[in-house]
Amino acid sequence: MYEYGEFDTAYVRDRVAQFRAQVERRLDGSLTEEEFRPLRLMNGLYLQLHAYMLRVAIPYGTLNSRQMRQLAHIAERWDKGYGHFTTRQNIQYNWPRLPEVPDILDALADVGMHAIQTSGNTVRNVTADHFAGAAADEVADPRPYAELLRQWSTDHPEFQFLPRKFKIGVTGAPNDRAVIRSHDIGLELRRDAAGAPGFRVFVGGGLGRTPMVGQELAAFIPERDLLPYVEAILSVYNLLGRRDNKYKARLKIAVHEHGIDTIRALVDEAFEERCAQFSGIDQELLSGIAAQFARPALEQRGVAPYHAAREADPVFRAWADTNLADHADGAHAIVTISLKPHGATPGDATAAQMRVMADLAARYGHDQLRISHEQNVILPHVHRADLPQVHGALKEAGLATANVGLVSDIIACPGMDYCSLATARSIPIAQDIATRFEELKLEHEVGPLKIKISGCINACGHHHVGHIGILGLDRAGVENYQVTLGGDGSETTVIGQRAGPGFSADEIVPAVERLVLAYLDLREGAEETFLELYRRLGAQPFKDALYPEQARRRRDAA
Amino acid sequence: MTKAFTPKVVTANALVDGDVIYLTADDRWSRALQEAELIEDEAHAQLRLLEAERQTGTVVGAYLADARAGPGGPEPAHFREAFRARGPSNYAHGKQTELSDV
Repeated sequence: MYEYGEFDTAYVRDRVAQFRAQVERRLDGSLTEEEFRPLRLMNGLYLQLHAYMLRVAIPYGTLNSRQMRQLAHIAERWDKGYGHFTTRQNIQYNWPRLPEVPDILDALADVGMHAIQTSGNTVRNVTADHFAGAAADEVADPRPYAELLRQWSTDHPEFQFLPRKFKIGVTGAPNDRAVIRSHDIGLELRRDAAGAPGFRVFVGGGLGRTPMVGQELAAFIPERDLLPYVEAILSVYNLLGRRDNKYKARLKIAVHEHGIDTIRALVDEAFEERCAQFSGIDQELLSGIAAQFARPALEQRGVAPYHAAREADPVFRAWADTNLADHADGAHAIVTISLKPHGATPGDATAAQMRVMADLAARYGHDQLRISHEQNVILPHVHRADLPQVHGALKEAGLATANVGLVSDIIACPGMDYCSLATARSIPIAQDIATRFEELKLEHEVGPLKIKISGCINACGHHHVGHIGILGLDRAGVENYQVTLGGDGSETTVIGQRAGPGFSADEIVPAVERLVLAYLDLREGAEETFLELYRRLGAQPFKDALYPEQARRRRDAA
Repeated sequence: MTKAFTPKVVTANALVDGDVIYLTADDRWSRALQEAELIEDEAHAQLRLLEAERQTGTVVGAYLADARAGPGGPEPAHFREAFRARGPSNYAHGKQTELSDV
């Protein structure tokens, strides 16, 4: 993976020193909050409901064991012993104290990490497929491009004051695991007829209060055009984006208002200008970066211990069935470590758990870890013969929950337990749903089902693209939960449809249970997933399950 | 007819650690909502808020939050303020543990 060069190291240290001085000036009263706020946000420091929150970037979700151990150290030394992994491959610390934040940033710099541009109206942490560099279905590793974009966008002078925040997601596989159609720019690596790499480019996707699916801006741009093309898009957005209205300021609104064809014409025009200014240095940089992402030398030995463990241990087998994905090398597997034990906070890991995961990566995983947008941790290159040991160590650390992709593998934003923007809580709803389905012992029978919960309209919990989406609102001073159905965040992205009136905090878990039971009742067989059934039958049978009173009235009237 | 004034407390976050704080009648900042000054008069509330906002070296984001009188002092009128006064619901962190020692 990418190691900081001299330039990166000096730059990040410089930024920490600069912020340290800014914090000192805030504490001694030389800076007012109005002056300080944009400065702290540029360094990922928010003020939340109960405390400050530091959002640390994990670029394209990639970490090594040393970095993970440092995240554990930070959690213990400066926070309450845990961290929260987010839907944008960041980690958030919920309890740092302002005077100590520069020390945290220095500790991050020690391992080549930072919190720069994790907030503010800039290009945010570039996210990527969490199976990058390992997946069997991958065209090429998207991370070298994501790293190139990170370097290019960090402190890019033209794009520090965009109309609004700007998110880029990259996938190297046609199966989209990076939700790229919900990003301002979504990039899908593909090859042209001659086999040369390039990108299919989507723009104008986004969730939030006005959810939109990204539209194709270009079917293919060659690799060498990536930076000038992305720069062209940003320059067009920088001028077109609505600075008059925060809620209409994202690129998706500009694409919606002007139409994709106008945007394309403007981008093509800007691209001509920009292209001339690129000397080719970016391509030299890229090849240097790409060399650092070479796949590790994978060991070739027998996988008999894996099969033996499958035979002997049903707990291992259940875990292997849900938490492993196909690696490009048949003797290896991609391990997803679930951070969703039933009843726990989705995406949280204690310092001790982080260390266990770091140790496993160092010992069995070529020192690599990934954070997924679904708030889990991935060991991308594990030899199948080592899986029984890995599973055993995870079990001891409370990390062996066999539920990846199932009902209890819920995405949830921090909600009103932490976030000052939230209108309702998300975490307890996720905890209660997971606990309930664990009681029912149903989730393996139910199969693939994505439940996503947001505690406000900003949709950090991706509820719009959940097969079942839950949105927490404040209705007359009471928490109220709206259900959306049929959302999909993959290569067939669809925004879910609102099912009807919301439910109280007490009613929402039984409502979800009715939905899932209705699915089990109506499906043609275990092969038909929840989403497939929804697409076959439409919303009505699910609405009937959610609102049995209305269904009864309708039947009586008929 | 003018709407009846809902009682208020002045609340903010402490600059150093971000913790939720409340303005007391004797001009201290308390971590406990029960110790806050419950303000029943609109003009007085505005005045107290101005006084709080002037203290930019200690507090951040002062505002007036609805509250009601309870046996032990002011109580939150809205669930958001209840969470602020207590802490998150997924862990026993924040005021719910820190204040129990007081």
